[in-house]
Amino acid sequence: MPASARGASSTRSGRRRFNPSILGVLPFLIFAFAFLIIPASYLVIGSLQDKTGAFTTQNYADLTKDGVGGPREAYLTSIEISAVTAIAGAILGFLLAYAVISGGLPKALRSGLMTFSGVASNFAGIPLALAFVFTLGSNGLFTVLLRDAGINIYDSGFKLYSKFGLELVYLYFQFPLMVLIIAPAIDGLRKDWREASENMGASTFQYWRYIALPILLPTLMGSTLLLFGNAFGAQATAFQLAPLVNIAPVLIGKQMSGDVLHNPGLGYALAIGMVAIMGVAILAYSVLQRRSERWMR
Amino acid sequence: MSFLELTGIQKRFGEVAAVADFNLAAERGEFVSFLGPSGCGKTTTLRMIAGFEQPTAGTIVIDGADVTRRPPNRRNVGMVFQSYALFPNMTVGGNIGFGLKVRKVSTDKVKAKVAELLTMIHLPDKGDRYPYQLSGGQQQRVALARALAIEPQVLLLDEPLSALDAKIRVALRKEIRSIQRQFGITTVYVTHDQEEALSLSDRVVVMSEGRVEQIGTPAEIYNFPATPFVASFVGTLNLVNAKVIEAATGRLSVAGQEVVAAKPISEAHDGGSVTLALRPESIELGEGGGSNRFHGPIEDVSFLGSIVRMRLRLDGTDGPTISLDTFNDPNLNPPAIGEIVTVSFPRESSLVVGAGTKPEIDVVAEA
Amino acid sequence: MNQPKRSRLVWWVVFLVGVSYFALPLLGTFFFSLQAQPIYAGYTNILKDPGFYNSLLYSFIVGLITIAVSILIIVPTAFWVRLKLPWLRPYIEFITLLPFVVPPIILVFGLLNTYSHPPFRLTASNTGSDVLLVAAYVILSFPYMYRAVDSGLRTIDVRTLTEASQSLGAGWVRIMWQVIFPNLRVSILSGAFLTLAIVVGEYTIATFLGRHAFGPYLSLIGGNKAYEPAAGSLISFGITWIAMGLLTLIGRGSRQRVQVAGAR
Repeated sequence: MPASARGASSTRSGRRRFNPSILGVLPFLIFAFAFLIIPASYLVIGSLQDKTGAFTTQNYADLTKDGVGGPREAYLTSIEISAVTAIAGAILGFLLAYAVISGGLPKALRSGLMTFSGVASNFAGIPLALAFVFTLGSNGLFTVLLRDAGINIYDSGFKLYSKFGLELVYLYFQFPLMVLIIAPAIDGLRKDWREASENMGASTFQYWRYIALPILLPTLMGSTLLLFGNAFGAQATAFQLAPLVNIAPVLIGKQMSGDVLHNPGLGYALAIGMVAIMGVAILAYSVLQRRSERWMR
Repeated sequence: MSFLELTGIQKRFGEVAAVADFNLAAERGEFVSFLGPSGCGKTTTLRMIAGFEQPTAGTIVIDGADVTRRPPNRRNVGMVFQSYALFPNMTVGGNIGFGLKVRKVSTDKVKAKVAELLTMIHLPDKGDRYPYQLSGGQQQRVALARALAIEPQVLLLDEPLSALDAKIRVALRKEIRSIQRQFGITTVYVTHDQEEALSLSDRVVVMSEGRVEQIGTPAEIYNFPATPFVASFVGTLNLVNAKVIEAATGRLSVAGQEVVAAKPISEAHDGGSVTLALRPESIELGEGGGSNRFHGPIEDVSFLGSIVRMRLRLDGTDGPTISLDTFNDPNLNPPAIGEIVTVSFPRESSLVVGAGTKPEIDVVAEA
Repeated sequence: MNQPKRSRLVWWVVFLVGVSYFALPLLGTFFFSLQAQPIYAGYTNILKDPGFYNSLLYSFIVGLITIAVSILIIVPTAFWVRLKLPWLRPYIEFITLLPFVVPPIILVFGLLNTYSHPPFRLTASNTGSDVLLVAAYVILSFPYMYRAVDSGLRTIDVRTLTEASQSLGAGWVRIMWQVIFPNLRVSILSGAFLTLAIVVGEYTIATFLGRHAFGPYLSLIGGNKAYEPAAGSLISFGITWIAMGLLTLIGRGSRQRVQVAGAR
């Protein structure tokens, strides 16, 4: 992160003089410290404490504990759900976004889809969980429709309150989030690149393979990472829908207050693990963002 | 039979005819420009040759084959876009070789061809750079090389130099022309810059509002404009109001001074109004330039480098002015401002166009 | 568009499939909500329930206060950073991204830990807890608000505008109030609507702070009643839709891009 010369006055010797302008961001910093950084630092402190408050690193060791309901299972399940819905959401979102932007469909559909995506990507948590229960639950609209048509999905082992069900539900806000993120990138695919490639004799497939997808790849991957982070942190939906599915945020919740055997220290350690994973995802995302910006001046 | 033939080409967008009744027969190796203001249909016509637009009517024939219905990726025409349209994710070499790669040419042959073209456009060591690392002029040359790599039957250029500085434009257009000559490719060049069109082309197609105004060599278009539009669009021009004294003999009165036109006047009857069109370079200081004379005070002298442009007022303080251009001669002093001079010009340069002809661009006089 | 007919058909299919995936759960909820006796009972019941109004109103007010505080903190900060402290920008951005990374449940426990002991004993009183709730929501709004305002500032070339104002004699307050804020209208609205959506739908923090917000309310009736939750869900979806629609309407014709992405 380069320190640009403007705004930071420096003396001849190279040391930065105290710049009174920094007082301007003091309100923000105070607020952030009071309500974010200090509380969040309990993460670290708390993770190193056991139930009596004594110092311990056992919580971190416990992170890799095997067993049903344990942290390892929680992480793996979380990662799996997040990855699956991120990739699926990315692919589907990309297709849908491309359809309304470059697919030759009426322009009005584009703004309608964008508005709807804005709403749908926020339609998470309890209302969404309930909506899916009403649609795919044992007495849900779709379940009943299929049953009338002779297909009983519950017989074939489908359960809404399961990992798969959770994935289906998460997709509902992943999908539109992807549409919103990828739309500007699709816009950035200049029409004359397509024409130039046709002029060179390339077929549609070759255009996608050699030009469009390579150009979009950093943004696609970055968006997928963002989706991953989004799903990884989502908790309320899961809690409402399938509290029995062991994913990290839910497990944290249990450790903090729900479980009889609850161990807040473990909860904090779990959270640190989550933060680490999310942090890596966000870092990778911003690296990819920078790369794609370089091409699309 | 000509190499590139456009017959009866028409393009309608709904009610609007962007191009109407366009006909052109270009020979093999010929360099043809489409010249006109924005919106005249020149780019649309070019895109129809490339295949990006479908003509509403008419046919396009290249080397005997009717390509009107062929999709753009099967026409073997090379296009240089106004915005260069270089693929940002490929190196310069990758861009140039792309058309060959698509045609499944072997990697060795592609490398050789790319190297050859890079040398030709004077960028031999830039093959591994990316487009964003090059200047505008360099990118344009790469775009040209990319279009030529596929050895197209026709080369199309859509205002390729409009985004560049003046000096680079002049240098680059010479390079484009010399490369074109070297390869002998039939070329269509779209521009709104008449200096470009005149200096580069074998023939120029002047267009306005979707129609062809005139097709001819640069000299023909400049010296013998067929319509008022061509007269005012191409080159710089004096346009002054004139009253017809005698149409049959071509006698006109301009601000009380009598001149004789090149031909009998058909644009108006005796007593009617017409516009006299005169190239500044056809007027000479003094009496030796021709049988027509104007006199009046010099109002302005502009030093334009190799040319000195003088403005002369024909009548009082309010009357029309005309400008004349003479070559700069360091040994001769131009007349002083206010000095009354006589200027002369031949009958043959005195063109008459319809009254109220509006100047398009680069007009040097007020009517 | 010169899309050949064949490929356009493909995209129509993609579009319709996508739209039906979205429509199904909403339809499911809608039809379910109509299964009450009489058919609209789900809606009338929920609208009659004082809990519905109280919690919705509470969340709304909290949301508005959150938006106000967030704007007052973020806009001057983003402005100042852009203008005077560009080297600080990556760090500030990082801080605003932290709420993404910290799970809400951790945040709320951290807050409880910090503020349930002297000297800052906020959790003891209702007002104190309300303050804590607003503060937490402001923090949650940071990523969206900051991103929206920052990209808005970039679009309006804030440096030039400020220099122009200064050369005309305007002081800082006037610049902020009469030049910056009006030009950031769309960005601020965008951040504001997102914040509102987050606040109204939020569950974890409100629950653990013991606040009667809309999120906990929906969860409560979700466990107790049959048709009212369906009605409630649809109503909350509808409210968000209207808000987004308004935002798009206001944002039309503006150079600033309207950011509508949310999460969770």
